[in-house]
Amino acid sequence: MAYRWKNDLTRADVTPKAAYLNRRQIMAGAMGLGVAGATGGVAQAQAELEPNSFEDITSYNNFYEFGTGKEDPARNAGALVTEPWSIKVDGMVDNPGDYTLADLLDGLTAEERIYRFRCVEAWSMVVPWNGVELADVLAKVGVQSQAKYVAFETTVQPDVMIGVQRRVIPFPYVEGLRLDEAMHPLTLLATGIYGEPMPNQNGAPIRLVVPWKYGFKSIKSIVRITLTDEEPPASWNIINPREYGFYSNVNPNVDHPRWSQATERQIGGGLFASRKDTLMFNGYEAEVASLYEGMDLNEFY
Amino acid sequence: MDVVGTLNAALRRVPAWLVYVAGAAWAVWLFWQALNQLGPYKVEPINVLERAYGEVALQLLVAGLFVTPLRRFLGLNLLKFRRAIGVTAFFFVLAHFLVFAVLDVQSLERVWTEIVKRPYVTVGMAGFLALIPLAITSNNLSIRKLGGATWRKLHKLTYAAGLLGAVHFLWLVKGFQIEPIIYTVIIVGLLATRVKWSSLRPAATA
Ligand code: HEM
Repeated sequence: MAYRWKNDLTRADVTPKAAYLNRRQIMAGAMGLGVAGATGGVAQAQAELEPNSFEDITSYNNFYEFGTGKEDPARNAGALVTEPWSIKVDGMVDNPGDYTLADLLDGLTAEERIYRFRCVEAWSMVVPWNGVELADVLAKVGVQSQAKYVAFETTVQPDVMIGVQRRVIPFPYVEGLRLDEAMHPLTLLATGIYGEPMPNQNGAPIRLVVPWKYGFKSIKSIVRITLTDEEPPASWNIINPREYGFYSNVNPNVDHPRWSQATERQIGGGLFASRKDTLMFNGYEAEVASLYEGMDLNEFY
Repeated sequence: MDVVGTLNAALRRVPAWLVYVAGAAWAVWLFWQALNQLGPYKVEPINVLERAYGEVALQLLVAGLFVTPLRRFLGLNLLKFRRAIGVTAFFFVLAHFLVFAVLDVQSLERVWTEIVKRPYVTVGMAGFLALIPLAITSNNLSIRKLGGATWRKLHKLTYAAGLLGAVHFLWLVKGFQIEPIIYTVIIVGLLATRVKWSSLRPAATA
């Protein structure tokens, strides 16, 4: 692993602005103006990030298994059975098998990561996730050298999933990452939000979080992880390949055929919230741009 | 039929302007909920309000199209409400458009880009434009000036507006969703009741 990603956003960012400014002044005093000046640009950008409330994050979701409305998952996901939970790990791995959640996470470092979350529908949130780096999980199951991709699958529980009954899209929902994307230190398997266990509507008990890609790549309620040497199927890409590519990196310069991706509206600003410019790779360009060097992002959208 | 007769008698006592009052009250109520972020407007009031106005607009357009078949097939007479229903539908489309332009997209230049670049918005805009001459001519003076036949012909555009609204809805949803399909089926069904099938002959090409 190249490095462990350091979170420059902390829980303190959730505190009211006045208190926060105080803290910054103290920090600036301690570090001296020279240092603060050198990192000013990044710090400035990050300082503007304030996590959305727990309520916002848990009441405005896309989880088509539970209906297509944004409030449907919060309303309908209560019946999702998350215990016991078993994850099948198969394909090109040294230690395949059915893992319980506890086994899969045992011994790994739990982290809090405050990430931007950008939906392909041009809205966004900031979410304080709890979870482990996917890379650590992959190291544990032992990725074989011929593996090039990781495939994921969401649980299907037709009895409690109204969207599955209505066949809104083909289920199970599937997603995939290139191995280097999966191994990137930003990529998480998240099990919680705000230190709380992952709410059902957000993909309990364990979901993927890939902050530089559109939200639908961050597959929820994972029951299967497969290492493979072929590009795995991805649900929205199957449904409409012209609109949703395999990569689906956040990119303000490549529009969705039906709407612009140049700007976004952060949830939580009320009726008069203004739009802001969408950032390349959702603001994680410095961390991930090298993964796509030499690729035409208009073609591999 | 007795029920219909009673209904007709009761409706005769309801003034048509109540439709405008109810429509305005409903629009204000939706806006007020969005402003105060109540219920479904809690998290993302802009998009939810935009959709709510669009949905009411489409429902009113469909309601307007129901008037003639209801009278013809059931004897239920809602004719005196039709103008108010149609004009209220127009105002909901206008409100829908204003939320889109002012609160959602927030830039005139980008509103234009959206209209020309996004087919589903283009179709919605076509529906809106189709309604403008109808709203302008929804008064007795226009009927007199245009003459009944011309006026009726012009107001067949309601079907176009309804269909464009439904296609707009069909086009914007993701995955398989039943709602826009239901609207489309209803509008096509209503249109079918108006077509004089006997007069439809293959066009002569000579
Ligand atoms: C006859 C005229 C129109 C009708 C009947 C209509 C109706 C609708 C309906 C029913 C919806 C979906 C509501 C839902 O999801 O529940 C909708 C969405 C939408 N309409 Fe319209 N509309 C019309 C004109 C327009 C115009 C003129 C514009 C803009 C120029 C527009 C922009 C939009 C947008 C952007 C959405 C989607 C909002 C989103 O992204 O969720 N519509 N409309």
